[in-house]
Amino acid sequence: MPKCKYDWPEAGERKLIGQRISRVDGPVKTSGKAKYTYDVKLPGMLYAKILGSPYAHAKITALDTSAAESMPGVKAVRKIQDVGTEIQWAGDEIVAVAAESEDIARDALDKIKIEFEQLPFLVNEEDLSRAGDHAKAAGTEKSGDPDKAFSDSDVVISEGYYGIQTITHCCLEAHGSVAEWTAPDTLKTYFSTQNVSGIPGELGEALRQANIDVKNNNVETICQYVGGGFGSKFGADRWGVENARLAKLANKPVKLLLERDIDLIVAGARPSSYAKVKLAAKKDGSIVAWQSESWGTGGPAGTTMPPLPYVLTGIPNKITRHTSVGTNTGPARAWRAPNHPQAAVLTMCALEDLAAKLKMDPLAFFMKNADLAGDRGKVYQEELQKAAELIDWQKNWHPRGHPTPGPIKRGLGISMHTWGGRGHNSNCNVNIHPDGSVEVDLASQDLGTGTRTVIKIVAAETLGLPLEAIGLNIGDTKYPASGASGGSTTVGGVSASTRRACVDARDQLFAAVAPGLGVPADQLVAADGKIQVQGDSSKSLTWKQACSKLGVKTIQVTGKNPGPCALGSSGVGGVEMADVNVDTETGIVKINKMVCAQDCGLIIDLKTAESQCYGALIMGITYALFEQKIMDDVTGRMLNPDMEFYKLAGIGDIGELVVHMMTGPGYDERGTIGLGEPPVISPGAAISNAVANAIGVRVSTIPITPEKVLAALEKGEVS
Amino acid sequence: MRRKKQKPEEVAARKDNFSRRDFLKGASVAVSGGLLITEAQAAPKAPGAEAVAGPGRVAITLKINGKPQKVNVEPRVTLLDALRDYLDITGAKKVCDRGVCGACTVIMDGKPVYACNLLAIQAEGHDIVTVEGLSHGDQLHPVMTAFIEHDGQQCGFCTPGFVVACKAFLDKHPNPTLDEIEEGLGGNLCRCGTYAGIRPAVLEAAKAMKGGKANA
Repeated sequence: MPKCKYDWPEAGERKLIGQRISRVDGPVKTSGKAKYTYDVKLPGMLYAKILGSPYAHAKITALDTSAAESMPGVKAVRKIQDVGTEIQWAGDEIVAVAAESEDIARDALDKIKIEFEQLPFLVNEEDLSRAGDHAKAAGTEKSGDPDKAFSDSDVVISEGYYGIQTITHCCLEAHGSVAEWTAPDTLKTYFSTQNVSGIPGELGEALRQANIDVKNNNVETICQYVGGGFGSKFGADRWGVENARLAKLANKPVKLLLERDIDLIVAGARPSSYAKVKLAAKKDGSIVAWQSESWGTGGPAGTTMPPLPYVLTGIPNKITRHTSVGTNTGPARAWRAPNHPQAAVLTMCALEDLAAKLKMDPLAFFMKNADLAGDRGKVYQEELQKAAELIDWQKNWHPRGHPTPGPIKRGLGISMHTWGGRGHNSNCNVNIHPDGSVEVDLASQDLGTGTRTVIKIVAAETLGLPLEAIGLNIGDTKYPASGASGGSTTVGGVSASTRRACVDARDQLFAAVAPGLGVPADQLVAADGKIQVQGDSSKSLTWKQACSKLGVKTIQVTGKNPGPCALGSSGVGGVEMADVNVDTETGIVKINKMVCAQDCGLIIDLKTAESQCYGALIMGITYALFEQKIMDDVTGRMLNPDMEFYKLAGIGDIGELVVHMMTGPGYDERGTIGLGEPPVISPGAAISNAVANAIGVRVSTIPITPEKVLAALEKGEVS
Repeated sequence: MRRKKQKPEEVAARKDNFSRRDFLKGASVAVSGGLLITEAQAAPKAPGAEAVAGPGRVAITLKINGKPQKVNVEPRVTLLDALRDYLDITGAKKVCDRGVCGACTVIMDGKPVYACNLLAIQAEGHDIVTVEGLSHGDQLHPVMTAFIEHDGQQCGFCTPGFVVACKAFLDKHPNPTLDEIEEGLGGNLCRCGTYAGIRPAVLEAAKAMKGGKANA
């Protein structure tokens, strides 16, 4: 018997949990039947487009939309920002137009006349000396006595400069919504969102501020499938509010999905981070001191300091200083593991440079210092060993600078990461009907992480049914509220609320059938599609027979998270290693192999869990080598707002990938912990370290473009 | 320092970029392969190739998944927009809208093409197969089955394009090597990072299609 009634089944009793199960929405996605927000088409629906500012910083001095308004086919025009407004970034929304076709809407934008008074701007921040009063001190933290530690004659000191660029989210489904007023006070809205349950409140509030009388309860939000979010799709956003207002104005349904260029310019940015880092270690490799001067931008609001030093927070003597740079660029949004990939690059690259200076194998160096990660030091050591085995570190690693002659140099690199991932608040209704059908309802969303699959596995496991027997409804606010899918909180939240609801529903079914089976309800088990007496399989009912005993009464139960019995926890580690080839004649970096050793407590579905890690490695390769939001100092605009020059890795760019999930005793008992963020944190640092190992010099900032590799080789100094 | 106030000007953010829509907008379009030479995947000549279409809506018939479909579109409307906005066939996705990412891949006369890079009027008279044409009810194409088995999908937005591209690729390369797969599917992009599942899925689908299980 479990210690607490909702506890996860013991390892030997699990039928589905922890297996490799294909995602349940695979058939509708592969066959093109899955309807995304972008695919919604309602009768009489109009198409909306947005005109943004061409200038990074400017005041609107005149705005004339009359020519657009009088165009045939144009049904609604809204001035989002009017004369007198000061625009803070290029692309910021000024006018929205709804028309009978996408082309008419575009034509209408061309007819809008705006005059601006241009103002001075800053769009690039890596050179802090040019930032002027855009740069603001954003905090200093000190512990121990770093001055004394650095001045100790017995330590080895390493100093370097490191950086990580601004990238955009580039969700393949652009941001946006379809809005339909089904009654004057009732709004039905389809949203490309990570936060189904959160949209009505935000949208309702914004509409009421615009004197449109609608209660939150009368705003329905639907999102069955979402084409990527990665942290950029939590809010209703101004374009979501404007779309509802256009629909009101036109009295027709309106679809407003951002154009690709606008989406890249304004709808998502991961803040940059740069730092001068100084580290000290004893000659045996024990790290004793850290000093960092960091800065970065996340658009007009600047940035907060990444968690420095990263993972090895127990370094005894530390001082950190951060400068926040406000720039005239599209505002930052959470990007998978906010501030952690930045912290990993700034920390792990500095650590490997220190190891090189100590002439230590970085694997031995990280193993030796793992206890600076606190009580998870042992987990990191296990993960370091596992990753080293998978990449054959002992055979393939060499000291800095590949010794073999010829232009192609091979190198290996390491990075470590951490994340929280505790389950969010979630409510789940479970109905067991007298006909034997089971329905699970919650207003969560499946970003492609496998949320639907996980919920069905938990319900089927708990009720002793096959996956196909579980009816599941998500993605609509008519179901009980469940948290936003961000920060790796979903699996913990929905698996716990579903488990609690299903245990209670199952127990009610036990109570209904126990008298007929002639045993107390607590001696019944649900397994293999039957309700049977524990230890006596001759006394059993099929699931259908059992449910028929309910008469006309459906069992209805709500499960919640948080709730009784600890079904999840927080805090994971992970280690990734990269094996790269660098062509010293062209500067091109090619991934040979990447490995990931990752823990996340009890895994519900091994297949989709592994997919999170594979996907994270690939996203990491992309930001380590290819993608960058490139801003133009002259015009203040993004130079590459399209997918030809905003580069994503292709299928031929990723090398061999190996994922190892840490499971079993020591991991499973922790319950479910989220996985979306952690594995995407380390690739930038691991790849940068592998390049440094290959060519013997540090390419200071990612993305590691051929130009930067050649420049680093030319400079030739070890960072 | 403030910059000098600019003279009034028309601001149209989209004008800064080349746009085939602006290029074609308002102009009559002669439907011939020659004019649209930059469209790499341009169709062979449509019937009545020398006729002039537009600028208003024209009635065309598109043969989609074996079925003729009548649609009235301006000549500047892309095949992708015709499918999605006019015919409500939404498996092909609009992502880059510039012939880069492959999310809108359809098969025209046996060849994979980017539907965002073709005008609807260019597709008249050709056989168009979309992802919807590759499954029949619950009976999935072997490429789809293999994508599910190897989890070659996450958010799923690039997936229909990948499935169509894989099908067209395997029709031409029934025994592909991994290098050929990486080359042949290099025209499709994924943001979630599903390539690790797609590679083995294509190899498995190749086997299944040779086993006579293909249904399209």
